[in-house]
Amino acid sequence: MRTKLIPFVLLCGFAAGAFATPQIQHWQAASGARVYFVQDHNLPMLDVAVSFPAGSAYDKADKNGVAGLTHGLLDLGVQGMNEDDIARKLADVGARIASSFDADRSAVTLRTLSSAAERDVALDILARVLQKPLFPQEVLVREKTRLIASLREAETKPEFLSEKAFGKAVFGSHPYGWQSEVADIEKIQRDDLQAFFRSHYGAQDAVVALMGDVTRQQAEAIAQQLTAQLPRSGSVTSLPAVVGLQTGYEQRIPHPASQSHILIGAPGIARNDPDYFPLYVGNYILGGGGFVSRLMNEVREKRGMAYSVYSYFMPMQQPGAFQIGLQTKNEQVDEALQVVRATVRDFVAKGVTDAELRAAKQNIIGGFPLRIDSNRKILEYLSVIGFYNLPLTYLDDFQARVEQVNVRSVNDAFRRRINPDAMATVIVGGQGAAK
Amino acid sequence: MRFYAFCLGLLIAIGAQAEVFEQTLSNGLKVIVKEDRRAPVVVQQIWYRAGSMDEMTGVTGVAHVLEHMMFKGTKEVPVGEFSRRIAAAGGRENAFTSYDYTAYFQQLHKSQLELAMQLEADRMHNLRLSDEEFAKEIRVVMEERRWRTDDDARALLDERLMATAYQEHPYRNPIVGWMNDLKNMTADDARLWYQTWYAPNNATLVIAGDVDAKQVFALARKYYGRIRAGKLPARKHYEEPAQLGIKRIVVKAPAELPHLVMAYHAPTLRDAEKDWQPYALSVLAGVLDGNDSARLNKSLVRERQVATSIGAGYANTSRGPTMFSLEATPAAGTSVEALEAAIREQLQMIVRDGVSEEELRRVRAQVTAAEVYKLDSLFYQAMQIGQIESIGLSQHDLPVILRKLQAVTAEQVQAVARDILRDDQLTVAVLDPQPLAAEKPQQGGHAHAH
Repeated sequence: MRTKLIPFVLLCGFAAGAFATPQIQHWQAASGARVYFVQDHNLPMLDVAVSFPAGSAYDKADKNGVAGLTHGLLDLGVQGMNEDDIARKLADVGARIASSFDADRSAVTLRTLSSAAERDVALDILARVLQKPLFPQEVLVREKTRLIASLREAETKPEFLSEKAFGKAVFGSHPYGWQSEVADIEKIQRDDLQAFFRSHYGAQDAVVALMGDVTRQQAEAIAQQLTAQLPRSGSVTSLPAVVGLQTGYEQRIPHPASQSHILIGAPGIARNDPDYFPLYVGNYILGGGGFVSRLMNEVREKRGMAYSVYSYFMPMQQPGAFQIGLQTKNEQVDEALQVVRATVRDFVAKGVTDAELRAAKQNIIGGFPLRIDSNRKILEYLSVIGFYNLPLTYLDDFQARVEQVNVRSVNDAFRRRINPDAMATVIVGGQGAAK
Repeated sequence: MRFYAFCLGLLIAIGAQAEVFEQTLSNGLKVIVKEDRRAPVVVQQIWYRAGSMDEMTGVTGVAHVLEHMMFKGTKEVPVGEFSRRIAAAGGRENAFTSYDYTAYFQQLHKSQLELAMQLEADRMHNLRLSDEEFAKEIRVVMEERRWRTDDDARALLDERLMATAYQEHPYRNPIVGWMNDLKNMTADDARLWYQTWYAPNNATLVIAGDVDAKQVFALARKYYGRIRAGKLPARKHYEEPAQLGIKRIVVKAPAELPHLVMAYHAPTLRDAEKDWQPYALSVLAGVLDGNDSARLNKSLVRERQVATSIGAGYANTSRGPTMFSLEATPAAGTSVEALEAAIREQLQMIVRDGVSEEELRRVRAQVTAAEVYKLDSLFYQAMQIGQIESIGLSQHDLPVILRKLQAVTAEQVQAVARDILRDDQLTVAVLDPQPLAAEKPQQGGHAHAH
């Protein structure tokens, strides 16, 4: 491949007028769960995602790793079925349960054929996975062992080491910067998982997204089936505020690899930040626009110094990271750092040009249909809209919000929000000592 | 716009690729169009039948280097312009190189297809390969190799496994190329590659999406039709000499855990209607590793806990030969040797006792469902067509392959396990993990000097 996939920010809308946008139906189930549904009979299949505010940031400082293990064990033993029954019965109907987990969100997704014979079996299993997990003791012991082994392995990889150090440098003691250690995992007991499940998987906080070949009536019944027996818990407490960086910081971690992995950044923006659109469009120009970004042009196209170089904002419940990343051979780390820093400084100080802004808006608006051209992609947007409480019209408004961005709003937002002198830099590679 | 179009009873029609159209232009370019009106988008992919297996000694990696150079400008479209124009049209684009082929793609709103076709046709015959751009890009490719292989212990293990398992076949060389060859490569190597292989009669154009096939054919004639056919060199035929006994290698690299790969030489699909072994091997892989409670994970990760992860792999379509492979990471306290023995035991159980009807049904159900799920990805559907055409089969074989997969019997799975999973066909590669810092003590019972 010519480039690795550059993470792009999952927050976009529908180009109003360009084509019909999927019609989102929204209601609250009797259980209290919020439901987002797009009815679509084009393909004989159904996608479901159920999300909870139960990501790693909801761990307690002295019980780091509980959230992840709770999520990981949901489908490894439920009332009436052990882990092998679950895997076999899903396979027998060609259904797949997958899951996603980040600092904010714990989600379980199901893809199944929509014909009743297959769908009913698959939904019955999903209902038990969400509502009746048993967290069997022997499975927990085994999964802890596997997790510890993979953590120890990860500790030898420059990607992991750089992400871990970067999280600490950017977020300090905030849970967004936490990374489980082996000692944390060893302490975790079955009670911890059960308690976390009871307190963080309540119906009041659940978001159900449904996409595909069922009727509204069926969707209503499914949403209730999946959430009616969730634990009765109060709403989850909110996350602490993220504190911005006041000064620059640089850390060098030695590693035998031939390339150094460099991460530069600072706390960025939350999902509901009023600067979101100017920063998103502006970042396309800086390092989000793949082969046409300034960072790519300076580092790769002009100097051949890296295969991949990017920047992005990761909007979260609380401000997530603004992150720049690249890998380059150890001998040219300092030169590459200089180029990246000069590019960011210049970008913030002098701002973007009319031509750059026009090209960015053309790409984001013109490329919008590609972001919602499959059931899987639409399902993810339904989950994000629900989870972050974005307005239902948010997607329809998207084009106009991007269109409203101008040179002044981009330059103003970057000057206020990105201080090149107060960013954390982590370099894993070479024999460098801490500075 | 979305319509009530299919019900489950019509799945066979979907599987039969009813809405695929095909035409070959007078210059030899094969054009395949798949109409799919679910969303107002289109994907263009052009597949050149030239991959790393067509490279000669000393210039490994040149197929992939040329892929990079294809973005470096033509007589009419200056360097950087290709990407800028696609981006301004709201498009996404990239390319990939494999052992068997090199492919380029763009995904856009349907109204922008003509622009993509114009640009792609232009670089099929007008590429400017300047020394200056080559000098920069070869450094990018070396960075890519460091990132992809040199600093990734398991990728290194795979690379050295291929170099050991294949003695004559060019699959022994990595797609990205050996570092020494990259260091010594010149712009002329890339030019020669481009002149030799980039021609309409060595390519397949696949366009899928909300398009009208007739209009696409007209556009293809307009932009690609005027490119002259090339004189392609005769293809070398490789016959890997028979392996005469088990091969074993050790790769030392920075890591915490050992890793084991076992790869058996195996047949690939040549005649979709007559062959049976490749289908039986695909089903065998499903029985071993098709779901979390399939044999390998259930017995070795969950029950006996001798591995922390395990997998089986087999790809039944390729220009060259292929392998049936297993890979696993031992659990703490289990040696690589014990893990290998445990895997062999699982394979022997199938050779001895066969597989159950229940296991076969389960694999079939997954294959059937996957045929429906694939319709949710336009890109993947186009990929499937381009790939099968590029390895010497036809997109008309796709429904045959599906039907034959569903017809595999328990006896065939047992027979293929007995015929193929033999020690004389096996290469075993073991990752011997090395500590990160030299001052850290050696692990795993190695002698340590005091």
